Amino acid sequence: MTEALEELKSLIEAKQADAVHRCEIAHGELTVHVVPAAIPAFVEFLRVDPNCQFTQMIDITGADYPERPKRFELIYHFLSMRHNMRVRVKADLAEGEIAPSITSIHPSANWFERETFDMYGIRFSGHPDLRRLLTDYGFTGHPLRKDFPTSGYLEMHYDEVEKRCVYRPVSLVQEYRQFDFMSPWEGAEYILTGDEKAEAK
Amino acid sequence: MDGSNTPKGKSVRNFSLNFGPQHPSAHGVLRMVLELDGEIVERADPHVGLLHRGTEKLMESRTYLQNIPYFDRLDYVAPMNQEHAFCLAIEKLAGIEVPRRASLIRVLFAEIGRVLNHLLNVGSQGMDVGAMTPNVWAFEEREKLMIFYERACGARLHANYFRPGGVHQDLPQKLIEDIEAWTQSFPQVLDDMANLLTENRIFKQRNVDIGIVTEKIAQEYALTGVMLRSSGLAWDLRRAQPYECYDEFEFQVPVGKNGDCYDRYLMRMAEMRESIKIIRQAIVKLNECQGEDVLARGKWTPPKRTEMKTSMEALIHHFKLYTEGIHVPAGEVYAAVEAPKGEFGVFLVADGSNRPYKVKIRAPGYAHLAAIDHLGRGHQLADMAALIGSLDVVFGEIDR
Repeated sequence: MTEALEELKSLIEAKQADAVHRCEIAHGELTVHVVPAAIPAFVEFLRVDPNCQFTQMIDITGADYPERPKRFELIYHFLSMRHNMRVRVKADLAEGEIAPSITSIHPSANWFERETFDMYGIRFSGHPDLRRLLTDYGFTGHPLRKDFPTSGYLEMHYDEVEKRCVYRPVSLVQEYRQFDFMSPWEGAEYILTGDEKAEAK
Repeated sequence: MDGSNTPKGKSVRNFSLNFGPQHPSAHGVLRMVLELDGEIVERADPHVGLLHRGTEKLMESRTYLQNIPYFDRLDYVAPMNQEHAFCLAIEKLAGIEVPRRASLIRVLFAEIGRVLNHLLNVGSQGMDVGAMTPNVWAFEEREKLMIFYERACGARLHANYFRPGGVHQDLPQKLIEDIEAWTQSFPQVLDDMANLLTENRIFKQRNVDIGIVTEKIAQEYALTGVMLRSSGLAWDLRRAQPYECYDEFEFQVPVGKNGDCYDRYLMRMAEMRESIKIIRQAIVKLNECQGEDVLARGKWTPPKRTEMKTSMEALIHHFKLYTEGIHVPAGEVYAAVEAPKGEFGVFLVADGSNRPYKVKIRAPGYAHLAAIDHLGRGHQLADMAALIGSLDVVFGEIDR
């Protein structure tokens, strides 16, 4: 399995040198970092090259790293049934940068790209129908971004007086629990009560 | 109605119809906007997300152990298969070895999950086209299986039984014997259901040649599981990329010939019979390793209860494990299982803390429902019900 991945890695590096930043194998999985503009050509190469044949588009998703200059990672997973291999393709995108759509190569990408747009606000050029998919009608914001609060901004309830569902700002009776049980010596970013007294001296 | 029948001087326009979200054959909360030309479906636009709970976002603020129950709530007809994928992802990142007995128990319950799912699907596919009885019979068997779930973990549906490093608790020997007894009686129920459905004239009229999946469509639309295999491709992750200890088991992978809804029904019936074989083999193997540990002991899993009574370290370990939780090493993995509906994958990004940085759940039903526009085109409105039935959609996993 690992030899096959190593072979695939060197093949991709040799044949697609322009598109590929770097390749790495970790936990028995190959990750290829590519230039965003080269995604469609690279995906087409993966699909048709006799040594690749990644004909099954398994998944598209994003990841948000707000501290990076290019904050989004666009992540594709492909499966080759012929060679029984998987590959992960990644591209870094800055906020507002538009990624090329691969719906013309893999029609299954349609909903996955819509979802990525919905969740991260990554837009795809050439997508036939880039609407929101999972969130509410008329939703604003992109929930899986790290700066989007888990509790959201709006809540809906049924109003007895108006006899319809109305939206209002979220009001939580109890603060949202973050389950941050990291030891204060290792991971805490907050100030413990009483710490400010130590500073004052 | 085709153009030639149009009365002179009258323009005919397509008719938009809302299918669902409360239609019984929408299998949950599917709202589908259908564009109809007479009774022929020209375009299907499913509006999903009515059951969206933001699972992936919620998981980012909870510890790994707290996240396992979310997986039961995805595809709630076969809960343990989902937990399996998440546990495999954590184990892959952390390099945890699962003890043999735990591995066998996982296989046993993953197959019970498959039977649970297929029973519900075959029953409801029958009901979508008007057959009431098989559904009721299927639910009777599902009830028995859910009692097995309950006896293993205490919950009928939301099991929370698989853990990174094994399973929560060992099974009582009596339960294993009862599952064995059930595998003897269950084939008769399958035969009864098959007697009602397989040669049933109405069932065939409604399902044969509906929603045909070819190999090309299956690849283009990322179909997996039964949907893919109905096109004739024998691709099963349990066989192709064996996880757990599936490589030790003997079973057949049923494939379809025509790729229509009727084929998929036949395949699900055949898969249940194969699952019974696997369950029987797992029970034989379980009986060979009675009394062995079902959790990889160490820092990833809680200490034994008896140890906690005497050892201070064990008590501290237990406390830290259930408050702070495990720290999965930084890295990215994709782990997939052959869930009853298809490839269920978890893409996990860990940053070394006690909570996942990002989780992406790849649900098979999501890709299947996305393909309905293509599969349903040119079919009659009534065929959409049969098609949705055979796609095996469950909105817990599609909307996440």
